[in-house]
Amino acid sequence: MLDIFSIPLPALFGQLLLGLINGAFYAMLSLGLAVIFGMLNVINFTHGAQYMLGAFAAWLLLTNLSIPFWASLVLAPLIVGLFGVVIERLLLKRIYHLDHLYGFLLTFGLALVIEGLFQWKWGSSGAPYPAPIPGGYNLGFMFMPAYRGFVVVAALVICLATWYGIERTRLGAYLRAATENPTLVRAFGINVPRLITLTYGLGVALAALAGVLAAPIQQVSALMGTNLVLVVFAVVVIGGMGSIMGSIVTGFGLGLIEGFTKVIYPPASNTVIFVVMALVLMVKPAGLFGQTK
Amino acid sequence: MNNQRYMFAAGLIVLALIGPFVVYPVFLMTALCFALFACAFNLLLGYAGLMSFGHAMFFGMGGYFFGYVVKTAGLPPEVGLLAGVAGAALLGLATGVLAIRRQGIYFAMITLAFAQMVYFICVQAPFTGGEDGLQGIPRRALLGGLIPIENDRALYYVVLAIFLFGFAAINRFIHSPFGQVLKAIRDNEQRAVSLGYEADRYKLLAFVLSASLAGLAGATKAMVLQFATLTDVSAGMSGEVVLMALVGGLGTVLGPVLGAFVIVAMQNYLASFGEFVLVIQGAIFVVIVMAFRKGLVGEIGDWWRARQKAG
Repeated sequence: MLDIFSIPLPALFGQLLLGLINGAFYAMLSLGLAVIFGMLNVINFTHGAQYMLGAFAAWLLLTNLSIPFWASLVLAPLIVGLFGVVIERLLLKRIYHLDHLYGFLLTFGLALVIEGLFQWKWGSSGAPYPAPIPGGYNLGFMFMPAYRGFVVVAALVICLATWYGIERTRLGAYLRAATENPTLVRAFGINVPRLITLTYGLGVALAALAGVLAAPIQQVSALMGTNLVLVVFAVVVIGGMGSIMGSIVTGFGLGLIEGFTKVIYPPASNTVIFVVMALVLMVKPAGLFGQTK
Repeated sequence: MNNQRYMFAAGLIVLALIGPFVVYPVFLMTALCFALFACAFNLLLGYAGLMSFGHAMFFGMGGYFFGYVVKTAGLPPEVGLLAGVAGAALLGLATGVLAIRRQGIYFAMITLAFAQMVYFICVQAPFTGGEDGLQGIPRRALLGGLIPIENDRALYYVVLAIFLFGFAAINRFIHSPFGQVLKAIRDNEQRAVSLGYEADRYKLLAFVLSASLAGLAGATKAMVLQFATLTDVSAGMSGEVVLMALVGGLGTVLGPVLGAFVIVAMQNYLASFGEFVLVIQGAIFVVIVMAFRKGLVGEIGDWWRARQKAG
């Protein structure tokens, strides 16, 4: 049997691989959103812009300083993460006591500023970033470009490392405790405001890391994160922000669903995630892994 | 005090009537459409406490329904306006039922996601004209030829009437028992529920009303500018209406109107800056959230009251 629903097998697997890659980015970005929201109570609308900043940082490092991809994988998230720390110290810190909506509006405004500036400086058309691992493998049923395979594996490692860091380490334990009861954790002598700043920086760095990974696959452009962040919001609503593992599973799962839709009914591939969101809201309003609060 | 208020209202009405002889009428009409849109958004946020970040779907679809009915089906514009309102109301019902299942920030994200879905559908669907949009929507006379609207000044008074109708309707809702219950739910939902009010029904009704008025605003804009495009259903437009309400003052009656005029004027004057308009809009968001959360009308009102007390 070489085809399902009369679709050639290589096409099916090709789209599923694309879906898996998209899913990897959904997972990494929704993970960052969930971590930030847990600690700061802010939905970080700037997440898409920070993802774009990661890709741009890698591209600028390569074209101006000839710094290779592998070094950018560390440098770019560091630079963008520091930028996130500055934003948290200067702006976000001052609005924690307000309704969540103000954080949403503030970060939305920041995204407009950042994306507008980059669009103004570099235009809307994208710049290509050479693939750091050329070539690919013939797996028999499909052709697998080496870099894309690497992205899926790298994203999985990053997601699991984040999960491990939050659920299994001492720092992660502080983080979780501070999310539950910041006053009490402070009373134990832990510097909670610094923990909050650190969390935001890490969440932002995670978005930037995703951006670096995306640079060789997509064109590096000012608006590359604009639509992505909207899809990631739907992913977050579907998964619920209660569990780290939940975000990872939901991200990859929705990417696969999107890829599968592209094979059986291409026009719906853009909207399928939103349809899933509507269905989840009907059946389980709190999200698949969320608890109603 | 009351005397001052009537004088103020009378002054505004005189301004509105002589407006088209002083300022370019199309600018005023566009601003009025956005003002109605912002008021519709504010009805939901200010009085039901629900922040929709996807209101462009109602505004933009209102325009598409108007364009389709008037241009493709060849029906008179009043049918087009009704179609815009009815279409937006149905869309509001369908998305509202699902969105009100979550609160606060999730509500904003859900409406945003639905608006993005509507946007993608508009890009692909045949009746919206895709990337080109619907262009050259004819301006036919209203009410079987009674009111000619080819002339911009004549059309201005029609648009003013539509705006005042919408504005009055919103004020009627706010001050009705329905509006009072809505405010009670906004302030303490559990308490309102314990008193026997079905909070979800009230919220849904407010959502549908807000969507219908946003649809009316979008349809009117399509009548004025004679086109309907993807811009009006995009996430950027959803953000813009939030900005208008925020600049003017959330939860104030006149704030969204003032905010709409300020933002539309700003876009007109800054059009030559291209992408920089977005940067400026973003910066305004940041400044207002950080420092002027009450918006223009709120801050001016505070200043006025302080002055009155002192004097």
